[in-house]
Amino acid sequence: MSKSDTPEKGIASPSRRNLLKAGLAAGGLAATAGFARAAEPDPYNLPPNVADWSRYLGVGVDNAPYGMPSEHESEVVRRSVEWLTASRESSINFTPLHDLDGIITPNGLCFERHHGGVAEMNPTDYRLMINGLVDKPLIFTLEDLKRFPRENRLYFLECAANSGMEWRGAQLNGCQFTHGMVHCVMYTGVPLKYILEEAGLKTNAKWIMPEGGDAAGMNRSVPIEKALDDCMVAFKMNGEALRPEQGYPARLVVPGWEGNMWVKWLRRIEVGDQPWHAREETSKYTDLLASGKARRFTWVMDAKSVITNPSPQAPITHGKGQTVLTGLAWSGNGRVTRVDVTLDGGKNWHQARIDGPSLPKALHRFYFEFDWDGSDLLLQSRAYDDTGYVQPTKDELRAVRGENSIYHNNGIQTWHVMANGGVENVEIS
Amino acid sequence: MSRFLKVLTVAAGVSLVAGAAGAGKLGLGTEATPEEIAGWNIDVRPDGQGLPEGRGTVAEGEVVFAEQCAVCHGDFAEGAGRWPVLAGGWDTLKSQHPVKTIGSYWPYLSTVYDYIYRSMPFGNAQSLTPDQTYAIVAYLLYMNDVVTDDEFELSNENFTSIRMPNEDGFIEDDRPDTPLVSEVEPCMTDCKDEVKITKRARILDVTPDEDGDTAGISVD
Ligand code: HEC
Repeated sequence: MSKSDTPEKGIASPSRRNLLKAGLAAGGLAATAGFARAAEPDPYNLPPNVADWSRYLGVGVDNAPYGMPSEHESEVVRRSVEWLTASRESSINFTPLHDLDGIITPNGLCFERHHGGVAEMNPTDYRLMINGLVDKPLIFTLEDLKRFPRENRLYFLECAANSGMEWRGAQLNGCQFTHGMVHCVMYTGVPLKYILEEAGLKTNAKWIMPEGGDAAGMNRSVPIEKALDDCMVAFKMNGEALRPEQGYPARLVVPGWEGNMWVKWLRRIEVGDQPWHAREETSKYTDLLASGKARRFTWVMDAKSVITNPSPQAPITHGKGQTVLTGLAWSGNGRVTRVDVTLDGGKNWHQARIDGPSLPKALHRFYFEFDWDGSDLLLQSRAYDDTGYVQPTKDELRAVRGENSIYHNNGIQTWHVMANGGVENVEIS
Repeated sequence: MSRFLKVLTVAAGVSLVAGAAGAGKLGLGTEATPEEIAGWNIDVRPDGQGLPEGRGTVAEGEVVFAEQCAVCHGDFAEGAGRWPVLAGGWDTLKSQHPVKTIGSYWPYLSTVYDYIYRSMPFGNAQSLTPDQTYAIVAYLLYMNDVVTDDEFELSNENFTSIRMPNEDGFIEDDRPDTPLVSEVEPCMTDCKDEVKITKRARILDVTPDEDGDTAGISVD
């Protein structure tokens, strides 16, 4: 009666092959997504010639009332790995980290994870109910929410399963796939404590249960201390309305904690005196250890980093010489204070340069510029945060947790840069 | 519970005060009526809070399950194709391929009721009656050998008397579980003599099943 994952493998094969064909070949420069853009230049556009765009008028205003990226950026898209899930409605896709810079993720590129598809909610009929251990159960319209004092905060959101496919070993060629279940945007919304206090918390209020209005009715238990500390009900991301796939018209923001708790299409918050042990905090999002016991309520996303360029989807195409290495670092416990990088697989480390805002529970951008001599490199980065935590190696994590945890894999990633500039996902001694 | 709660307990006291100063009663929102709450208040807790009145037997559950669930989860909850397996998996949690099911993994029965009513059948959520839901849960208990009597009837009255096999299988978050900088200062120069590549991601045209261990590790 109990089945192993045999059928899963059977189905996995063809789609995995498609995935690889789609441009993930290890080190295969020509097959790598993103390489297409390095096409041969057209001499007609190069000096001393004067290109058409310098001569003739371009399209006028309102050509695109809602502006879109250049057609030359058409490769910059979210991508999914079909064999991961049985249905498209309960599935995942990944942020193209290797194509982005800075610390803000554009709204249309923020990875998606739904459990019952994208709920198509109309803002007029949106309601947020607060019930349970409150003085007065309340229902808010979206308009009501916008009458509370607002805050703007930049936070990363990372799925606890980010890098989950890499627990047993290097599996996917591309930081989009190994690390792309993270994004970072500026949220505008209302501190949750204002909303809860409007209903009035009873003295025995210890937990809240946010619940989604989608067909999954996503529900989680959040301790009241966190709810009153920095949680928000957000209705804007990067200045505009939440995208439907990010919970339009309103979602919960749970800074630094696993993405599954950031309930989208938020319809209700029940206040209680004990946790609910919902399916997403028992069957899922619990971390099975080698002992057969599982950790539960593992909310915080520990410090983590990844080199986004070079990486398998972003090989070095310019040959040897001056080279820019860049990547992202983040910590659910606070601010990233330092990032080290190595080019030789950890024999020697160099402190990278963090550039741009350094905000707690937000992405940090780091750079390391070097003169590449064209030989093989083994690249790694390791992040430190202001609690004194340093990102562990994957083997250190396996030594304490085993290989069945799925979630919370924040181990150090290794990329092997080959002499031809191609990059593959490896693990090293 | 966790180090965060310890840290946050202090902050929360302050937040309450600050919150009161920042917002307090702004006169926003309208009072929710009992009828409005009843329509949305679908959660069920391990202590039984939230259970509606109702009852259903294993035999009744088998019928509803065959009609509404088996196409994805298999007649015996063994899972069809790649859809989730809902039964079996005993003694697999320490193995290379743990099979986490209601019977082998889930700590509380309330989660089964809560989740099935709110999310299933996939694509027609919140459509089951309480009696149907009790019946399905009874059937799943039977398929997982948690109850062995095929005449068993589950109701809001006997619900909390059922204990799940893996209730004690969970521990609280005890991270950080790797050394802090204060414990082990990370090495910067001449840290190792030799470095070897030990693992590589799959490359194009390698048979995906070649080393079965990594096949399709799910993100769920
Ligand atoms: C169309 C296919 C389909 C049908 C029909 C269906 N399910 Fe599901 N079921 C799913 C999918 C997909 C998931 C996983 C959803 C997710 O993870 O977001 C799931 C998950 C579950 C789970 C949780 C499994 C776990 O290990 O966490 C239970 C329990 C369940 N279903 C019970 C039922 C019951 C009972 C019915 C009938 C009333 C039913 N399902 C009908 C597709 C289906």
